[in-house]
Amino acid sequence: MTKTVTDVVCPFCGTLCDDLEVVVSDDGKELLEVYNACAIGAEKFLHSQAKDRITRPRMRQEDGSWKEISYDEAIEYTARILTEAKKPLMYGWSSTNCEAQSVGSEIGEYVGAVMDNTATVCHGTSLIAVQDIGIPSCTLGEVKNRADRIVFWGCNPAHAHPRHMSRYSIFPRGFFTGKGHTGRKMVVVDPRVTDTARIADVHLQIEQGRDYELLDALRVAFKGEQLPDVVAGIPKEKIYEVAETLKSGRFTIIFFGMGVTQSLGKNHNIDAAIAVTRDLNEYTKAAIMPMRGHYNVTGSGQVWGWQFGFPFAVDLSRGFARYNPGETTSNDLLRRGEVDAIFVLGSDPGAHFPFSSVKKIYDLPSVAVEPHETPTTEVCKVHVPVAFVGVEVGGCAYRMDNVPIETRKVVEPPEGMMTDEEFLRHVLARVKEIKGV
Amino acid sequence: MTEYLIKNGFVFDPVLGIKGDVADIAIKDGVVVETNAVKNPKIIDAAGKTVMAGGVDVHAHVAGPKVNIGRNFRPEDKLFNTRPGRGIERMQGGFSVPTTIRTGYNYARMGYTTVMEAAMPPLYARHTHEEMRDTPIIDQGAFPVFGNNWFVLEYLKNNEIENAAAYISWLLRATKGYAVKVVNPGGTEAWAWGLNCENIHDPVPYFDITPAQIVKGLIEANEYLGLPHSMHIHANNLGNPGNYTTTLDTFKLSEGVRPKSRFGRDQVMHHTHVQFHSYGGDSWANVESKADKIMDYVNSHDNITIDLGQVTLDETTTMTADGPFEHHLTALNHLKWANADVELETGSGVVPYIYSPNIKVCAIQWCIGLELALLAKDPMRVFMTTDHPNAGPFIRYPRIMKWLMSQEAREQQIDAFKHKDKVVAATHLAGIDRELDLYEIAQMTRAGPAKALGLGEMCGGLAPGLAADVAVFDFNPNGPYAPDDIEKAFSNAEHLFKTGVQIINDHDIVSNGNKRTLWVNARVNENPQVMRDVKEKFLRYYTVTLNNYEVSGHHYVPNPYVIEVDATQ
Amino acid sequence: MAIRVNLITGRSIQQGVSMEAGKEKPAYTAACGIIELDPADFKKLGTFRNTNVRVTSKYGSVVVKAVEATQGPHPGVAYIPMGPWANMVVNPNTYSTGMPTFKGTPVEVEIAKNEPVLGSLELVRKGCRGELA
Repeated sequence: MTKTVTDVVCPFCGTLCDDLEVVVSDDGKELLEVYNACAIGAEKFLHSQAKDRITRPRMRQEDGSWKEISYDEAIEYTARILTEAKKPLMYGWSSTNCEAQSVGSEIGEYVGAVMDNTATVCHGTSLIAVQDIGIPSCTLGEVKNRADRIVFWGCNPAHAHPRHMSRYSIFPRGFFTGKGHTGRKMVVVDPRVTDTARIADVHLQIEQGRDYELLDALRVAFKGEQLPDVVAGIPKEKIYEVAETLKSGRFTIIFFGMGVTQSLGKNHNIDAAIAVTRDLNEYTKAAIMPMRGHYNVTGSGQVWGWQFGFPFAVDLSRGFARYNPGETTSNDLLRRGEVDAIFVLGSDPGAHFPFSSVKKIYDLPSVAVEPHETPTTEVCKVHVPVAFVGVEVGGCAYRMDNVPIETRKVVEPPEGMMTDEEFLRHVLARVKEIKGV
Repeated sequence: MTEYLIKNGFVFDPVLGIKGDVADIAIKDGVVVETNAVKNPKIIDAAGKTVMAGGVDVHAHVAGPKVNIGRNFRPEDKLFNTRPGRGIERMQGGFSVPTTIRTGYNYARMGYTTVMEAAMPPLYARHTHEEMRDTPIIDQGAFPVFGNNWFVLEYLKNNEIENAAAYISWLLRATKGYAVKVVNPGGTEAWAWGLNCENIHDPVPYFDITPAQIVKGLIEANEYLGLPHSMHIHANNLGNPGNYTTTLDTFKLSEGVRPKSRFGRDQVMHHTHVQFHSYGGDSWANVESKADKIMDYVNSHDNITIDLGQVTLDETTTMTADGPFEHHLTALNHLKWANADVELETGSGVVPYIYSPNIKVCAIQWCIGLELALLAKDPMRVFMTTDHPNAGPFIRYPRIMKWLMSQEAREQQIDAFKHKDKVVAATHLAGIDRELDLYEIAQMTRAGPAKALGLGEMCGGLAPGLAADVAVFDFNPNGPYAPDDIEKAFSNAEHLFKTGVQIINDHDIVSNGNKRTLWVNARVNENPQVMRDVKEKFLRYYTVTLNNYEVSGHHYVPNPYVIEVDATQ
Repeated sequence: MAIRVNLITGRSIQQGVSMEAGKEKPAYTAACGIIELDPADFKKLGTFRNTNVRVTSKYGSVVVKAVEATQGPHPGVAYIPMGPWANMVVNPNTYSTGMPTFKGTPVEVEIAKNEPVLGSLELVRKGCRGELA
């Protein structure tokens, strides 16, 4: 016999779908089927039960091989490298729950760490822009129920947030949007003809890296002022047309992603996009929302916000919180050799940082808390596997619009495996012992 | 549990009616007890010092999504004021939007022990609870917002009070909320389309209900349920010259309604931060104080309570569920603007603001708040707040005490205004020589708010049986003192007890306490209609499922204090 | 003949799915150890689809399999899904923003028919040990 767990929250991306159904065996041990998830979410759930899953911590030996160690030994190693380091980096925090993030903060305070999360390579530049100009935004339900002009700028939800368009932004029939996608106009700005662009009403195939100019041109077009013939590869007629489309709607929403956060201009691109949104509010209702990547990077930013006052790149090494992107951000710290130990939890910098940073991780005392085998575990000295949040343990996660949803436990973790929170609590206790507090 | 005896202090307690007499206060098992009930107490020498119950803040924005927007989008708010942890204290930061850790400590240092989070968007309730959980020492509760909620708009359009009450009861339980909060009724739903409701008869787009209907309906539903607190409102038209008429119109919606609550409150409407709603004139050029008109009404209608929203003349961060107001403000001062509309429920906006004594309007605002307090006939119905952080950070409460207690201090500030003459001409403050005493302050900051919140049986006073929330300040009310001594003493409690645990000893924080989250569980008769409406709206319009909406789980509310209300008659 | 293109990186469904199945598995290499080139750029490069190529920038070099752009046309723009292969060559400079320049790195692409595409773990391990060609 089987049981179906409903209202399951998917722990993959910032879309944080909470309508999944997971079929488990009657004894609650086997995960059999996943319904309603996208391909990536389904894979996450189903793969969690892979037979080749690593279930015990392991330590790199001199000869390069791995040796299995106990959780106690892993805790000891972790506590030692963190307390002995002058300035350890504690990075990741995005694929885990808020409870674990909170314990991590406590550890960071005791050891004087730099706390950084995956926003540093994702929407960190957006956070910087928000600190300059603010952000008119809304929840995804406002989009579903009201938005009739949807812009995807520098993002490709068909690939990165697969159910976004069907759950929130293009297809649903909401309270004031009973006509579904036929009542909406969709604009995509992307240097490639992405799968998202293919279903758009308008695709502006922008010259890569020229988003700032095009955003600025939109602001000029809103005012009906003069534009050069071509901006960022887009003819001015098209720009005026899109400006008019956006102004003429009842509710415009701009979703944006790495196309603007990671291209040159970076935070200035986002600043310009937010300025476009602000300007639009003179004519109609408009909002803007970042397409957050990991399912709880937003939560990490929230937890650090209320505990330290900053959403990422939080330097606690002097005993109080400091924040200065470019100085306190992970890649800069690694490149300049300014950290002397690394602790990674809930992310994969080995795969997603530039290689020059990864090399630095390899050279330092390092721990990766991670259920999978990844390029990060490959370059760290100790690998601690833990339960999957949202599958084997619950806990709070924040969606891309900052809505907090409690993830569910669907199956038991492998025998004897710790959760992030448990591991961190043990490390915290050991750190306090070592420090004599 | 340790017994304490606080000896020989000058006690100010409106619950017992003690007006500065020397008296002893005994603490045992977490509550205040008769002095002969303690056998072997630790003696706290309070000779020459002031003793009061722990402060009760009826309205402050200290926990939740818009507060955190304020923190995250203002790194500059942490400049030069972060503090390393030491001893029992964790690191702290932030001036106008302190971190939750600092919030708990700063309130404790002022002798406050209970703080109500002024507005909680229901969809974000978990966030509010996570922040309250991480705020040490002080008991807290949060007010979910109802004034722009689609269920409420639809029920009240058809005057379905019982349904509205059933929904309120359901939502309070789902969000672990404390009271019915109303912000810019109807206007924030209009703002979801970029519009607003500027007076109480302006209909809400599509829903076609007026703010007046919303407010009246919610008052009725609140009394139907008999909740501990009354409906708590931030009326339409905040911040605009001439808005005092909207305020009086709003007040009048409560006329003839008596409270039906066994929790001891006498009011059916609490209007918050009335300073922002007391403007005459019709432009910034001729804006003037109408605090006198406002207080004429408040003084003669005992079923209303208000709080000040006192401007403190600081650089601060405004944040409110009055979304359209914040858009208006950013157009005025061109500072960064954040906005967050919430599906089916509410919205919010955040904009930094600098209240400069060199700006005429800011100075007028400063006068108005103080006028409201000084013109009050009944300090048990007029509470001291800054609508933190909107009119200023809550750490300025002792400074406001100084202004209320010392005409000299007020005159000093008035003299320092760049446009003093214009300010004086537009306000009444310069002509008021009343100075409040500590008893009246205790009414405005302890006994009054506790009673209005329906917590009179729990806190706000020093009567035996009440929670042992007691503060001792190094201030001799009979000795000679300079006005600044008031601010200094009440910013730095010498001792503080919370539920009988010593939190501050000799000015040092020695415990992180065991804070409680207060919420109200109002039981109503089963209402299949409302449950069906709820199910349907979640299925069709919300973006979370019904089963994922309710705040449940020990990690959100680790130490709940549930107030049961039986509305099933 | 070697070509110069503008490299961007990003997500793809295959990158997401294969990542969740395990980055040590061949499916991840198949999903991310690739460079998507526009047909016009393939023509200039002068090789068949699915040939291994060496991608070199000012910052590093990596061997990946050249495939036809799946979300084109985008002549002049090349796409490597986010991952350790792309990160061998992207511009690591953050210009004081904390954010490496993952999108918009000028690269040279030349045929490397006989050089293998390494698996992700092998790639970072050898890279860290200085064992990469």
